[in-house]
Amino acid sequence: MPIHEEHLIRPENLVTHEQLVIDGVDVSGHWSTFIESRVVTDYNEALQDEIAALPGGEQIHRCWQCGSCTNSCTVNAINPDFNPRYWIYLIRMGMESELLRDRDIIWQCVSCNKCTYACPRDVFPEGVMKATAHWLELKGHTPKSPSMHFDEEFAGQVFATGRIEEGRIIRGFFARTGQALMQDWLVEMVKRLLRHLPVKLIVTMGLANVLKPRTRGWGRARAAIEEYVHEREQVQRRALGLDALVKAAASELDQPARGAQP
Amino acid sequence: MSKYESVAYYPGCALEGSGHAYNRSTQALGKALGLKLEEVKNWNCCGAMEVKNIDPKLQTYLSSRVMAIAAHDMGHKTVMAPCNGCYHNLKKAEYDLAHDAGSRDVVERLSSKAGHATYEAGTVETIHALDWIKSAIGEEGLAARVKHSLQGLKVANYYGCMYTRPRHIFPEKDQGAGSESTAKPHFMDDLLAAAGAENVEFPLKTACCGGAHTLSDSDTSTKLVLNIIQAAEAAGAEVIATECPTCHSGLEMHQVRAEKNFGVKTAVKILYFTQLLGLALGLSPRQVGVHENVSDSMALVKEKILR
Repeated sequence: MPIHEEHLIRPENLVTHEQLVIDGVDVSGHWSTFIESRVVTDYNEALQDEIAALPGGEQIHRCWQCGSCTNSCTVNAINPDFNPRYWIYLIRMGMESELLRDRDIIWQCVSCNKCTYACPRDVFPEGVMKATAHWLELKGHTPKSPSMHFDEEFAGQVFATGRIEEGRIIRGFFARTGQALMQDWLVEMVKRLLRHLPVKLIVTMGLANVLKPRTRGWGRARAAIEEYVHEREQVQRRALGLDALVKAAASELDQPARGAQP
Repeated sequence: MSKYESVAYYPGCALEGSGHAYNRSTQALGKALGLKLEEVKNWNCCGAMEVKNIDPKLQTYLSSRVMAIAAHDMGHKTVMAPCNGCYHNLKKAEYDLAHDAGSRDVVERLSSKAGHATYEAGTVETIHALDWIKSAIGEEGLAARVKHSLQGLKVANYYGCMYTRPRHIFPEKDQGAGSESTAKPHFMDDLLAAAGAENVEFPLKTACCGGAHTLSDSDTSTKLVLNIIQAAEAAGAEVIATECPTCHSGLEMHQVRAEKNFGVKTAVKILYFTQLLGLALGLSPRQVGVHENVSDSMALVKEKILR
């Protein structure tokens, strides 16, 4: 049978037999192309609850799969594999291994909120993308994305001082991600910026770097925020069963060691 | 007399750094129009997208502290934020505090531990710099004060994401005649037209510049910025007018990056709408910070505006 819309099937799931006879009929070559049947057994039945336990994922259960999110998506327009509607489907079905195939691009959501604007069910797909990216990292499926490094650098400075200073953020981000600060295009931009700037302003900007703008009397706010952040981290670890996971992994590592003892 | 004649001014972090030209031009514009801006005392970061990504309720707390100071320490009824990010976040905090008990609990707890008044929804109104000029001065008032008309200057008005999306945090928009539209915003078009500018038909008014990943996924940002710049040029624009420091520096940075890394050179200039309005009112390029932009529009300004 010819397969309609064959491009929608992953190549590894298409099987063509060079020589095949079925019920005495030779169906070799073109007529013997089949879609490999598959049986899914590794559902993670808790997947939707795990995503819903992370900030932004709370409303995922409301999704009706209309596809307005993917249809309006900024990133989907430049990369068709970026498909929020499909990921929400996989999460709700518990198809974790399918979701993991796209683990390296989910963090690329640009938070333009077109999906959240278009969604007729108030799923807040933008939040679901953040929760999913967060989940991938917490579960150890992906290393921290460049975006998470940026968020942590930024949030860390806000929590500590009440404000940010862009120069510090940029330097901190490049250091965290191991990139050279002197990228051609950044250097070119600074050169263009300095063309008209009066010396006084350059000095002021340099001073901001050294003096580090901060909100006065921020200490108590800082302590309150840090306490809250720590508390939320514990709640999230419990919701994702991370402590149990670590324990199980530790005891697995432990066993062969114990077995080796005479 | 407009209720916006004296407002609490919340510049935010970006306007003290890369968005300094927006800060300078907004203050200069207010001064030229006789509007009083009183900076929020000892303000803090609104939480931005980055803190929201870590925990939305923390972002709500950070924004609420800014509004609490404006309301309780300064007695203001209005907070004006020119940065789309700050504006968006204050609006979002307002919405969450009015609709979500969980957010209220966190804000109450953190505010009392931090030792300041707890902000309650509805105490102040947050507006954008566009609302401010539009309501306090209006198109007619602006047109009457124009010294250097922007006549003949072709402008693409770029609003970005955070000014209109998601719409539930902007209940005053989409309310018919006179209100702002979330699908096709027009406040910036209205103001620049009043100053004489020729607004081009620009389809990407609310497209995304990729500002969220300007450094963490630069290739995506460059592609998105190129879409916007090339669409503006195809529409015949000489200038893209902006109203957000992140969009503005994103356009400037990735215009340079597209040239350096992708070999795509584009010519359109990028100016804050406050810079264009200030120039039209007779302020000098230096007073509105044209020299602080990366995009070098000095020649265009001299040729087209200061004739």
